[in-house]
Amino acid sequence: MAARTLYDKLVDAHVVRNLDDSGLVLLYVDRTVLNEYTSPQAFAGLRAAGRKVWNPKAALMVVDHVNPTAAQRTRAMPDRGAARQVDYFAENARDFGIEYFDILDPRQGIEHVVAPEQGLVMPGMVIAAGDSHSTAYGAFGALGYGIGTSDIEHYLATSTVRYRRLKTMRIHLTGAAPLGVTPKDIVMEVIRRIGADGATGYAVEFSGPVVSNMSVEGRIVISIMIVEAGARGVVIAPDRKVLDYLKGRPRSPKGEMWERAARSWLALSSDPDARFDRELTLDVSEVAPLVTWGTSPDQAIAVTGTVPYPAQQAAPDREAAAMRALSYMGLTPGTPIQSVSIDFAFIGSCTNSRIEDLRDAAEIFRGRRVAEGVRAIVVPGSTQVRAQAEAEGLAKVFTDAGVEWRQSGCSMCLAMNDDVLKPGERCASSTNRNFEGRQGPGARTHLMSPAMVAAAAVTGRITDVRSLLGGARQ
Amino acid sequence: MIPFGQVMGVAAPMMAPNVDTDVIMPKMFLKGVDRSGLGEGAFNLLRFSGGKPNPDFILNQDGYRNACFLVVGPNFGCGSSREHAVWGLQQLGIRALIGTSFAGIFNDNCANNGLLTISLDPGVVAGLARAVADSSRNDVTIDLPAQTIQFDCGRRSIGFDIEPDRKEAFLTGRDFIASTLVFADDIRAFEARHRAENPWIV
Repeated sequence: MAARTLYDKLVDAHVVRNLDDSGLVLLYVDRTVLNEYTSPQAFAGLRAAGRKVWNPKAALMVVDHVNPTAAQRTRAMPDRGAARQVDYFAENARDFGIEYFDILDPRQGIEHVVAPEQGLVMPGMVIAAGDSHSTAYGAFGALGYGIGTSDIEHYLATSTVRYRRLKTMRIHLTGAAPLGVTPKDIVMEVIRRIGADGATGYAVEFSGPVVSNMSVEGRIVISIMIVEAGARGVVIAPDRKVLDYLKGRPRSPKGEMWERAARSWLALSSDPDARFDRELTLDVSEVAPLVTWGTSPDQAIAVTGTVPYPAQQAAPDREAAAMRALSYMGLTPGTPIQSVSIDFAFIGSCTNSRIEDLRDAAEIFRGRRVAEGVRAIVVPGSTQVRAQAEAEGLAKVFTDAGVEWRQSGCSMCLAMNDDVLKPGERCASSTNRNFEGRQGPGARTHLMSPAMVAAAAVTGRITDVRSLLGGARQ
Repeated sequence: MIPFGQVMGVAAPMMAPNVDTDVIMPKMFLKGVDRSGLGEGAFNLLRFSGGKPNPDFILNQDGYRNACFLVVGPNFGCGSSREHAVWGLQQLGIRALIGTSFAGIFNDNCANNGLLTISLDPGVVAGLARAVADSSRNDVTIDLPAQTIQFDCGRRSIGFDIEPDRKEAFLTGRDFIASTLVFADDIRAFEARHRAENPWIV
């Protein structure tokens, strides 16, 4: 057989049947995770047609998008719409027999944090879920990708999706990340280089020594964030680190079954001579901490840089987009980005809310205070991450620094709950999207790593985190 | 889904790159458990300003209020998976989008709801956008069976490609779940084999 990429192997292993001669297949999906805002119309569709869920055991339902993150957790929702969504979600879980973590469950959290925590994600799986950031699961050697509500309904009714094979892109990461450069900066650099549509139509495989040396949580960051370049699926070959992460999780196989699974999982990789439709190599030694200046995730610069002139953009439509973005963001070309002051600092989201992210942020906050006039919040990715951060003393570092220590949820990544910025407010944010209105109508978002957000929070302006690392104190 | 055959109507140019689904359907309109009320939400923060129609927005301008096609810039529909964006565009009366590239999840969501997306070369899209920017000649006919777009008062016509299965699904307004459940035995057989090979998956 011809050499194959890992992506092709995973797809091949899940084809139920061909649907036409042009590559459309019926693809078996091993797992999904559901949230309260993209699933209701899918369940309503099943109810209207009198259909059942094909395999209720393959799904998990978690409240994460609309719930408040106030320190004192209750069942109360911020508005009637959210309350109705959560009630309907619970009703669907009960009626269709799907496991459900409600807002008070100690396992609750952001779906992409919770599913791996529970051991629901395993190498070799195909996992499609109703959230674009479902590419997270690529970090485990599963094919993860996001689907809309109609496809959620199709999946629930059939355990399959109609699927057209993607082109493949390998992103090979070499070199060594300099101090202060995190997986977030690396993936933002890739997006900056290839553009917000640079990976549209592609499944991305990350490879190279940087990936091998990266923690599983770091791999999750790059797997999630590359969606902002349009990637429609992500895979990373699983290794011992993935096995160490999964071993002993509630839903991970045990005993002899674990040994068998582990052997099978470690064999999953692209063949050495497999061909990719596009290859990209990035030497991460050249990467600096990054920050976005615009309203698309590819509008980013090194933190040492200045706000660009629209005329520097490659094409006329990009120039117009840059002008509009600068107007929305209230920025003047030529301004050093480090002179831009912030009102709000947010650490959270499926991209950057895991324990390693919180450790990075705590390192900056330790012994410092949030700047006058800045409000800073940390929203852990799950209730388990919250408990771990408290056990490690990170929560105390945050509160001592004047940071609000919250309960878990998606929160200000998309501001569907009550964590919303006011028009014109400027936020240093560890999230993945800086779209117009994303954190609230008129709100201005600068994407960066959690440590960079912490640095901005303590100085009150966008700041090169490297000036605060290694014992440097202001 | 709504079947699509030959549709005539006004096309509006909206050529900004990377129009994301947060812009198409802001979060304030995502709190439902059904699909109602999303027409108001579509492009809400662009369409309205202080509760009044924003005159700068193309769909508020003379000759474009009844647009049923949008000629769009690259990577339209990027970002969030929210299918509400597609439902909202449809409730606003949009039947087809013509552009150079569409974001993956959004494109699938469109196909699942009968909102036709047509991808063409950048030069062709730019030419179409220039033509329909003149409100006296912004009528367009999309003929799916013939795979043509007629514009410029019927004087010009361009062809487009679409996969046969997709075309058939648009023409008939197919129920994808019903058509997949025809293969229920294949799914069961696959599942049995897959679990035997990977017994840790349950």
